[in-house]
Amino acid sequence: MTQPPPAILVLEDGRVFHGAAYGAEGETFGEMVFNTGMTGYQETLTDPSYARQIVAMTAPHIGNTGVNDDDPESSRIHVAGYVVREPARVASSWRATGSLGSALRAQGVVGIAIPGTRALTRHLRDKGAMRAGIFSGDAARAAERDLLDRVLASPGMEGADLAAGVTTAEPYVVPAIGEKKYTVAAVDLGIKSMTPHRMAERGCEVHVLPATATADDILALRPDGVFFSNGPGDPAAADDQVAALRGVLDAGVPFFGICFGNQIFGRALGLGTYKLRFGHRGLNQPVQDRATGKVDVSAHNHGFAVDAPADGPFDTPYGRAEVSHVNLNDGCVEGLRLLDRPAFSVQYHPEAAAGPHDATGLFARFCEIMEGSD
Amino acid sequence: MPRRTDISSVLVIGSGPIVIGQAAEFDYSGTQACRVLRAEGLRVILVNSNPATIMTDPEMADATYVEPITPEVVEKIIAKERPDALLPTLGGQTALNTAIALFESGVLARYDVELIGADVDAIQAGENRERFKGVVAKVAREKGLNAESARSLICHTMDECLAAAAELGYPMVVRPSFTMGGAGSGFAHDETDLRRIAGSGLAASPTSEVLLEESILGWKEYELEVMRDRADNVVIICSIENLDPMGVHTGDSITVAPAMTLTDREYQNMRDVAIEVIREVGVDTGGCNIQFAIDPGSGRMIVIEMNPRVSRSSALASKATGFPIAKIAAKLAIGYTLDEIPNDITAETPASFEPSLDYVVVKVPRFAFEKFPGADGGLTTHMKSVGEAMAIGRNLTEALQKALRSLEQKGSAFSWAGEPGDVEALLESASRPHDGRLRDVQRALWAGATIEQVYAATSIDPWFLDQIAALNEIADDIRVSADALTRDKLLRAKRHGFSDAQIGEIRNLREDVVRELRHALDVRPVYLTVDTCAAEFAAQTPYLYSSYDEETEVPPGDRPKVIILGSGPNRIGQGVEFDYSCVHASFTLTEAGYETVMVNCNPETVSTDYDTSGRLYFEPLTLEDVLEVVHAEQQSGEVAGVIVQLGGQTPLGLAQKLKDAGVPVVGTSPESIHLAEERGAFGRVLHRAGLPAPKHGTATSYEEAREIAAEIGYPVLVRPSYVLGGRGMEIVYDDATLESYMEQQRQGDLLDHPVLVDRFLDEAIEIDVDALYDGTDLYLGGVMEHIEEAGIHSGDSACALPPITLGHDDVRRIREATVALAEGIGVRGLMNVQYALSAGVLYVLEANPRASRTVPFVSKATAVPLAKAAARVMLGTTIAELRAEGLLPATGDGGTLPLDAPIAVKEAVLPFDRFRTRDGAFVDTVLGPEMRSTGEVMGIDENFGTAYAKSQQAAYGSLPTKGRVFVSVANRDKRHMVFPVKRLADLGFEILATEGTAEVLHRNGVRAKIVRKHSAGTGPDGEPTIVRRVLDGDVDLIVNTPFGSPGQSGPRLDGYEIRTAAVLRGVPCVTTVQGLAAAVQGIEAVAGGQVGVRSLQEHAARLRGGA
Repeated sequence: MTQPPPAILVLEDGRVFHGAAYGAEGETFGEMVFNTGMTGYQETLTDPSYARQIVAMTAPHIGNTGVNDDDPESSRIHVAGYVVREPARVASSWRATGSLGSALRAQGVVGIAIPGTRALTRHLRDKGAMRAGIFSGDAARAAERDLLDRVLASPGMEGADLAAGVTTAEPYVVPAIGEKKYTVAAVDLGIKSMTPHRMAERGCEVHVLPATATADDILALRPDGVFFSNGPGDPAAADDQVAALRGVLDAGVPFFGICFGNQIFGRALGLGTYKLRFGHRGLNQPVQDRATGKVDVSAHNHGFAVDAPADGPFDTPYGRAEVSHVNLNDGCVEGLRLLDRPAFSVQYHPEAAAGPHDATGLFARFCEIMEGSD
Repeated sequence: MPRRTDISSVLVIGSGPIVIGQAAEFDYSGTQACRVLRAEGLRVILVNSNPATIMTDPEMADATYVEPITPEVVEKIIAKERPDALLPTLGGQTALNTAIALFESGVLARYDVELIGADVDAIQAGENRERFKGVVAKVAREKGLNAESARSLICHTMDECLAAAAELGYPMVVRPSFTMGGAGSGFAHDETDLRRIAGSGLAASPTSEVLLEESILGWKEYELEVMRDRADNVVIICSIENLDPMGVHTGDSITVAPAMTLTDREYQNMRDVAIEVIREVGVDTGGCNIQFAIDPGSGRMIVIEMNPRVSRSSALASKATGFPIAKIAAKLAIGYTLDEIPNDITAETPASFEPSLDYVVVKVPRFAFEKFPGADGGLTTHMKSVGEAMAIGRNLTEALQKALRSLEQKGSAFSWAGEPGDVEALLESASRPHDGRLRDVQRALWAGATIEQVYAATSIDPWFLDQIAALNEIADDIRVSADALTRDKLLRAKRHGFSDAQIGEIRNLREDVVRELRHALDVRPVYLTVDTCAAEFAAQTPYLYSSYDEETEVPPGDRPKVIILGSGPNRIGQGVEFDYSCVHASFTLTEAGYETVMVNCNPETVSTDYDTSGRLYFEPLTLEDVLEVVHAEQQSGEVAGVIVQLGGQTPLGLAQKLKDAGVPVVGTSPESIHLAEERGAFGRVLHRAGLPAPKHGTATSYEEAREIAAEIGYPVLVRPSYVLGGRGMEIVYDDATLESYMEQQRQGDLLDHPVLVDRFLDEAIEIDVDALYDGTDLYLGGVMEHIEEAGIHSGDSACALPPITLGHDDVRRIREATVALAEGIGVRGLMNVQYALSAGVLYVLEANPRASRTVPFVSKATAVPLAKAAARVMLGTTIAELRAEGLLPATGDGGTLPLDAPIAVKEAVLPFDRFRTRDGAFVDTVLGPEMRSTGEVMGIDENFGTAYAKSQQAAYGSLPTKGRVFVSVANRDKRHMVFPVKRLADLGFEILATEGTAEVLHRNGVRAKIVRKHSAGTGPDGEPTIVRRVLDGDVDLIVNTPFGSPGQSGPRLDGYEIRTAAVLRGVPCVTTVQGLAAAVQGIEAVAGGQVGVRSLQEHAARLRGGA
């Protein structure tokens, strides 16, 4: 069989992994992270939150079911690079329209297949997420020292404002499925297509707005509720979005945020955010609702988290707030809510895609608070 | 929610003897449950008739009842122990059915016992097919999920079945309700099939109910392991995909975890359905598994069934993920919620999550068709495998190849020797599921078949087929002899699971040459951790598997390490008994200060629990894999020794090669093992010790065998050397049979080792001895007297301990002979000897310098932990020291048991009901020198009769105390049968007999009604034959001893038909006169009045004075 050309993965601390090219040949840089999901590579690749990240899959076999037209979460692959162990040679699914390898090539995504994905994961777990570069084909011929220098010259994730690169250029509307009950203004910081779909299923007409939307832009739609999506980058850099959200909260419009939206909500409440050592990226994270004690197995993709007092309600400019959800693995804040106003957010992904549907009920809760505010 | 405080004692029901479909996995789950419950401070009462289990160790429960698992007996235990709760979900279908019976008869209510784990309504909603269909339909409707049930109809009579067939069309599936392991189910392609399969299904189902459903043959098959707590948190522990598509029982399928060919959408739909199903069924606390089928063309998903309990798949899922399902299920049953239970492996995260795997797990079944000549090797929805091996790798090919070589069967691994064969013939063969089908697939692809062609023939998913094709490509790459075996080439092959032996075969090199080259090129495996979380968190438990990957995770050790080699996949002749010994060694050596290291590949065992030993290597037990483990452990600290004596023949067979490679083998030396195994050397040992053996010789051809037979006289016992479980052993009466036997051996490629030809001792008492020897002292563990005479394999015959008819003088001779043998061989540790006492002469049949199948039985019958003592002796502690320490009794041993010691009877359990010939007939049920039993039970009581009756009740159901007995015996047995049959007549039984037997009985004053033989056919006035009467349920006990040679017509065939009918109707069938005498004593004991129950702890108090 014909062997793919060699490729090399270089981490900023000098650790190097040799392997074979996968997807497009060339070079790419990004923040090196790992994802422990065992399904849903197509959704993961097209999740805009992965912008400028090189994603390593811990599940060894990737690409087995090929790619199809139903599963992408956005119009293109967003990861900066892709690291797998065993790329599939055939695509096997009645829904497949092509192979993952060719999809990566078609979109110019540089990837690498290495035996040591587990060693890489352990390294990132111990040392933290870090910058990395993948070099394949001609790009892999340079001396490792030079490759490392180039990785060290690439930008890091802290302070990165990336929403502008992934958000929609123009507003668009996702119509309600069935009877329209609510108008939702959804600020796209890197929104996944399943999110407006989950709202539309519950009777929301979703007006998706660019990341640059101001409070006035948002409120001009006279929405029943406002939603801030997930997205890439450092929440500390999202001052404009924090300002927009403050305007929404001042107006008393019900609010729901997911992931990046949760971090912006935290900042709007006056809380800080911080970078996790290696983040949560996977489909198996236990999140507990502190009010009910119920545990949801949930989909995660975040490298930053909100720093909030976990031991009880705290005061904010919008009244009392509390940490509503925590991650049982590491105690990380996974949800916030205002006690006196209709606003809440979660750090994880109730829309799933990929991932378990345990937390889908949060969309219903969003509808309830919109109902309550009439 | 913390643990419930209203429960302080729990009754746990085990699963009884190992049978096909219900095996050692329930020892694993029951053991976990008992340990958890005791650690929680609860009083644990356990009932299980299987003495070979870890769970029935007296230290696992507060009161351990080795008693038959029947509602009547369990009621007695409940009346005596008055438990607060009954946990029925960890002992397989046996426990579940018993619990339901106790509930329905009002026993649980009467004694105020709460069912925990699952209530009766949930069990019935899960197991009753009609109700379960309703559950699926409701879930699909109300939750908007893609799920349905196969179109089907429930039938209670054959007429209903035929009507249903008209509606559903052929082919269709026939499934009886409430049977385990799919007993009685199958595919009906036409009306003849339907009448046969549904007929036996209606008979097998306790509710006389079968389900007929549309065929989903060839669909993709999946299974999810689900757990739910009382706060309604639900998690999926593992997804499993069957490589063999629908049509082959999951237990017989090659299965893979996690699922390989589902997108997230399909997987999440399946997950949602599973969660809603467990909620709707109402399993509140605990685990269940749910099986699914997906149409590969359209994605239509069918929910096949659920088990509202821990199952074989849960054991597999636990080992595959590191998430201990049985342990967590026990905690949930007593009130904890998932988030309150820590994940042992990470220590810092809770159990309320779903494991993520960064490796692939493959399970392969092990079959025993060779034990049942004439049995159809085809695989259906009726489970036939007797064991399984699991392997872990960083990709499918590595895991698959490791799993296949873990089976330790000739030809189980892929081979690239010679030519691939004819494409058409291979495709034809692969189109019918059978043991070894995957090898046909590999050869077909190698021979040039396309993936599409193989898919068309097998319906195996193209992704899997491509993986096999990739292996062929690598083999091609290795084969190019012009190229040197470079590091890259070797590394690539190793990363796809090629063994040194496979590479050597392709390159015409010896395995050890490949190994040397590989080591010289520094191509060695690393060991990675099964950590439940794909390395997201650090693992605290060294549960390791090999892979040719990047960096090793073997932790350094500071204590001297002892490596224990396990017994591999269960098979007939090598089962859970050996796991028992390995686990005991691990426990005791840990206590003695060693770091224990377990190597095994059997997911159904306690030994492969991550918390049994200090370290666990889930690895094949081949020389290559073991040498690499030893090397890795030597790199991380001192290895004090490797134990090969406890895991049966598998590790024993490696002893010499390990020693040659410089590995420190402890206990009996490989040279000593050879002395016992090699006939000539053993003969010299016997000669020096002055011990007689039956006349014998060894032969490698028919001519040699015939000469020996002529010299020592027929009948002779023939068998290959170096085998366990009497594989290939036969009693031969004439030259012609001898010739065909030798020809079979030659064709089977089995003449690598010579065939042993022994004089067969007629009318001898066979005696089994387990003993411990330290070089100075002998501890006679137990002397077991077989109930059947010599010639029946010791694993298949019932035996009693203490021996019931031997005198002090006999035991003294046995002791002396055993000492002489132990000394002559050079045993350090355990030894098992088989003797035959014939005409006052004590013959030595064989000696095995290893733990035997009977070690757990002897340990439980005498309240002495023999395997623990053996492990200590192997590492240098003396018997005198163990006596002083209290591990062994201060004085006396198993040869000097007090007169009031309880009598323990071991009975074998045979799987004849599982096997059919190709035309659908049962295989013959006669016992012989080849072992066929899958498991065993123990009956223990004050006298032999009661103990024997209990053993029969546990193995086969109760002995009758009234009704009709049919007697037909061989001429040589007629004299011996008169007295016991007369006794049965006196007890009120009606006696039926064939003409010859009836005549003898009549002359001895026993009135017997003559019945027509099967060969005589129905009488002129419609008088039924005995076979018909048995099938009609007219007979309560059958006594039929075989005569004539196998395969002939006449009396032998008559007997076959009778015994087959007995299997079909579940009528007790005695096939030896010794067994008859024992049965009569048992019947008398039962008829005579109350049979009580007594725990092992109570027995032990008498045996060891409360120790």
